[in-house]
Amino acid sequence: MNDDSFGRITGDPNAAPRLTTKMTARGVNVFYGEKQAIKDVSIDVTQEHVTAFIGPSGCGKSTFLRTLNRMNDTVASARVEGEITLDGENIYSSSMDVVQLRARVGMVFQKPNPFPKSIYENVAYGPRIHGLASSKATMDQVVEKSLRRAGLWDEVKDRLHDSGTALSGGQQQRLCIARAIAVDPEVILMDEPCSALDPIATAKIEELIHELRGRYAIVIVTHNMQQAARVSQRTAFFHLGTLVEYGDTSEIFTNPRETRTKDYITGRYG
Amino acid sequence: MTPLALLFLVLGLGLVAWFTARAKAGGFATPGAPRPHSRPNYHGWYVTLWAVIPALIFLAVWSGVQPGLVIDATLKSPAAAQLPPPGMERAAILSEVRGLAEGTIEAAFNPLSDTLLPAYKQARLHYGLIGAVLTVILAFAGGAYAFTRLKPDFRARNRVERVVMAVLLIASLIAILTTIGIVASLLFESLRFFAKVSPIEFLTGTVWSPQTAIRADQVGSSGAFGAVPLFWGTIFIGAIIAMIVAIPLGLMSAIYLTQYAKPSTRKWMKPILEILAGVPTVVYGYFAALTVAPALRSFAASIGIAGASSESALAAGLVMGVMIIPFVSSMADDSIAAVPQSMRDGSLAMGATMSETIKKVLVPAALPGVVGGVLLAVSRAIGETMIVVMAAGLAANLTANPFASVTTVTTQIVQLLTGDQEFDSAKTLAAFALGLVLFLVTLLLNIVALRVVKKYREAYE
Repeated sequence: MNDDSFGRITGDPNAAPRLTTKMTARGVNVFYGEKQAIKDVSIDVTQEHVTAFIGPSGCGKSTFLRTLNRMNDTVASARVEGEITLDGENIYSSSMDVVQLRARVGMVFQKPNPFPKSIYENVAYGPRIHGLASSKATMDQVVEKSLRRAGLWDEVKDRLHDSGTALSGGQQQRLCIARAIAVDPEVILMDEPCSALDPIATAKIEELIHELRGRYAIVIVTHNMQQAARVSQRTAFFHLGTLVEYGDTSEIFTNPRETRTKDYITGRYG
Repeated sequence: MTPLALLFLVLGLGLVAWFTARAKAGGFATPGAPRPHSRPNYHGWYVTLWAVIPALIFLAVWSGVQPGLVIDATLKSPAAAQLPPPGMERAAILSEVRGLAEGTIEAAFNPLSDTLLPAYKQARLHYGLIGAVLTVILAFAGGAYAFTRLKPDFRARNRVERVVMAVLLIASLIAILTTIGIVASLLFESLRFFAKVSPIEFLTGTVWSPQTAIRADQVGSSGAFGAVPLFWGTIFIGAIIAMIVAIPLGLMSAIYLTQYAKPSTRKWMKPILEILAGVPTVVYGYFAALTVAPALRSFAASIGIAGASSESALAAGLVMGVMIIPFVSSMADDSIAAVPQSMRDGSLAMGATMSETIKKVLVPAALPGVVGGVLLAVSRAIGETMIVVMAAGLAANLTANPFASVTTVTTQIVQLLTGDQEFDSAKTLAAFALGLVLFLVTLLLNIVALRVVKKYREAYE
């Protein structure tokens, strides 16, 4: 299996399991006012893999992640150039409805941000606004299924109507993942989902990412290189707003092509 | 020597003390010796405070005591033998003497005053001198005592800081003590009222007609003090009509300003909204009485509502609602802005629209703060006086018709206490009972509102 410069999967399709490209980015530039935060980034995200974005603080990895479901639209000064597609459809075209896009590309944030509502209502929030459950019984099923997939069901099944903010940090983050899963997205973006959590809670989230892999295309931004190595199959290294290197995680961590990647991974800077 | 001149003398001594002490302390820092504990300025302040504070306290006490001592001395003089026995006439003569001595009146009405004058003047001089000498001695003694204590390791800084803290404490206590004084005066006058009219009648009666006959042969009613129509009028205007206007408008403007407005729009819009809070209420009163009320009356007449008055609950309530908008909006603005950005992002990232996010996440999360703001606004609205005096009317009607004239607690207090009054009739004392009720209700609303807001703040910290 070889990669071209975009990280596109090439080579003999019979030699490896068949991979589907879920999202592509071509020549993406992001500006905050006058300042350019992302310079000419092109990348492919595959359905079957967990893709990790690594790099030092301020390298633009979170900014780039937020372009994938147009969360940068909420920042007044942000401007995005280039083309990003989801299943071949340009998400920045005028025909793309941002509400539907975000239902298809969910997001989990750095700091757990459950709504100040009950656990049940937190998970039911998305299905309710998108009209996905017609009856109370269906909604109950959706909530249970989502909480089960997020590995939280057993811990909260007896107190679904307690406040979501009363959970521990790790449980809150899994609740946020359940909330994202509840609208049945195709892609889940995770922006440093473990940076506010202790090691045990982090291990649970990582385990969860393993379980969710395949069902959803997952893109995770992380500061923690061991985490990238543990959870991802593909890794992209960002530096100063550019994509330095993108490839199989095992390649990046054992045999990086670029010296900058090697220096970062070996802890010389960052 | 007048107290004012003494005050300046003491302050002057304080200044001298500061420079002297500072100069002495400046010599403490010698090479090789351990560093002095406090900087020279603190030593200066320490000595100044000792020179000034005891002297000024004495001066204040003496100014209070001195007139009594002077009068006593005057009464002991031979000229006082002709004075009438203690009573109103005697007091009048003595105050005339005092006026003559201080030069505030030109000539005495009572010839006795002139005969007393020399004795009074002498006593005044005598005690004035004693006061002045004692004050200056105290100033010197205090300053000297403090000056002798100055040493390199003397902790002047800590002592000065303690005095500063005490001054700050006294400043804050003054506001609290004033509040207590106000409550006490309300309470005592109200008790006198309730001795004449039973509290049950006051709180549950539905007839309000405070006119009472002053003389026994006068034709007039005996007065009825059922305050329910007043309470209803207050609630109807301040808590119902005004809030129907202020809550939606205030909340919506807060949502627009925090969520939709561009920073440049917000920059000019918010101050203008806040100017609305600074308009004197009497100006709102004009507007209500001269513009809104007549317009409402003709409107009511044109749609055939009987009994539309030119002074109506609706006119006062609408204008009061507009006045309250900035309160509701700025509290709601603060609470919505305090909802973490991550909450908003979380909702938007689920594919919620902006209005769904506002309706289902931001407003519920901000609700306690908004409720607190509304309660504060209600407490302000029911205490508001000028608009209702000018636009709501005086008739104590118990009616739910917004076009009819109603009256409020504050309007009645104004009516009962303006003009010449005797302060022992139930009519006048009723104003204090009304004031007490108003005070207790607004106090309760404020306490509840502040608790709600505080609880809400804690939830996000």
